[in-house]
Formats: sequence, C-alpha cells, structure tokens
Amino acid sequence: MSEFLAMGGYGGYVWSSFVLTAIILVFNVTWARRRHAAARLNVARRIQAMEDDV
Amino acid sequence: MWTWFHKLGSPPHFYRIAGKLAPWLGGLAAIALVVGTFKGLVLAPADYQQGDGFRIIYVHVPSAYLSLMAYVVMATGAAIGLIWRMKLAHAVAAACAPIGASFTFLALATGSIWGRPMWGTWWEWGDARLTSELILLFLYLGYMALRASIDDTNKADRASGVLAVVGVINVPIIHYSVEWWSSLHQGATLAKFDQPSITGDMLTPLLINIIGFTLFFGAVLLIRARGEVLERERHSRWVKRELLGDSAVRENIPAGELQQ
Repeated sequence: MSEFLAMGGYGGYVWSSFVLTAIILVFNVTWARRRHAAARLNVARRIQAMEDDV
Repeated sequence: MWTWFHKLGSPPHFYRIAGKLAPWLGGLAAIALVVGTFKGLVLAPADYQQGDGFRIIYVHVPSAYLSLMAYVVMATGAAIGLIWRMKLAHAVAAACAPIGASFTFLALATGSIWGRPMWGTWWEWGDARLTSELILLFLYLGYMALRASIDDTNKADRASGVLAVVGVINVPIIHYSVEWWSSLHQGATLAKFDQPSITGDMLTPLLINIIGFTLFFGAVLLIRARGEVLERERHSRWVKRELLGDSAVRENIPAGELQQ
C-alpha cells in the first residue's frame, strides 16, 4: 500500500495532480448548480415583484 | 429528426430536456472516471522512462483535450448565434466559458506538476505549447470579463461572440505547437491514428477518462445553459409556469402570491 502511495518516488506529483483534478470537478458541479438555483430564485423574485406592481 | 431538432431549439423544450439529460450524463461520467482512474493508477504498468510519474497523463491529457473541445463548442455556439441570431446558441456559448477556463487552468497546473520532475522546471516561457495554452486561459477569461462588463444581454452576446470566433485560431496553434516549434513538451500520444505511441494497457484508461471528461462537460454545460436560458427568458410565460411549480422557489415567495 505504501509502495502504491509512493508512486516510485513521484507520489507528491501524481497525487497532487489527481487531488487538484477532483477539486476542479467538484467545483464545476457545485458552481453550475448554484448558478442555476440562483437564476431560478432571481427570476422568481422578479416575476413576483412584477405581479406586486399590477 | 428535423422536428426534434427544431423542438430542442425552443427554450422551454431545451430547458426540460437538459434537466432530464444532465443527471444521466453526470452518472455515466462518474462511472467512466472511477473506472478510468482506477485502471490508470492501479492496473496500467509503469512507463519505462518516466516510471509512475507518467500516470499524471490520465488527468493532464483529458483536461487539456477538454480545454480545447470546450472552446470549439463555445466558438461554434457563438458563430451559430451570430449568423442565425439564435439566442439559445449564445446561451450555450456563454455556459462553456467558465467550464473551459477551469479545465484550461487544470491542464496548465497538472502540466506544470508533471514538468517539474520530468523537465526540471515548473514552467518554460519560450515554449509554444505552454504559452498557447496560457493564451487559451486568457481568451476564456477575456470572454467572461467582456460579458460581465456589458449589461445588455444581446450586446454582450454579439461582442463576446466575435471574440470567441476570432480566438478559435488559437486552437490549431495549440494542437500543432509541438510540431511547428521545438518544444520541451512531448509530441502527440494519441493523434497518430496509424500507430499511437502508447500500449493498450496504458491507452485504455486514458481513452476512458477522456470519455468521462467529455460526459462530465456535457452534464455541467447543460446545468449552466439551463440557468442562462432561464435568465434570458424571464419575461416569458413558460418560465413563470416552470417556476411556480418549484417548491424550493415557492418557499422564498410569500404564500398567496402563488394562488393567482
């Protein structure tokens, strides 16, 4: 197991690359979902505000 | 087929179909990435020159490939939007930029991490592959900054669309940079169809991860494009109907407003 983690001496380089990739993937999903949810909320509020004016 | 295409071009249909498709693409992406990464880290043999250090290829090449593919999709969307004045195409183009930028950053970062042990340097300023990929990051960021600086969506679409289309010239430059200029960067691994310079055990995980990244891009793109479409269509009836059925949204609006 420790041999696997060591990656023949390249462990630091290999694992930091894969961890960074995981972070970017999670970040993309979270960011996109938040933007979509924020858009739903913003638009709903605007529709509500317009109906309040009527 | 044509009617299906036409339907997809209509915002409400796109919004619904994208909402159904995104989880499937995301799920398939997750399976592909788990399988590809496991095969790449555990089952693939070590490289005879680079030892286990070569395994960075399984995240570096897919992210570099995606950085280019996202740009081509963005430029294509922008071109369709400019030529046929199709707002949905502009929405898709706008949704590509942040994803493309993040994967360009990832390609640069993993390349830098890989370069340190193999080339003895994190970064080399005269290197054509590295410099052209950095320009790609600036193109994405410039595109996003330009959009953010223009309030009117139609004007933002047109201005940023022109930038996206003009910037596509950088894509072949990045691809052929390792052939046109002498470079620290190694030559193509895959794009030699007759004889890829990599063996099957090493190649399969790479292909699986490239497929996984592509599916992932599709899923995130659809989620982002849905948000873009909603903002653009905020005055239309279908958006109103869509949002009034949403409990998460309803909780944020006082009861009574929804009875009408």
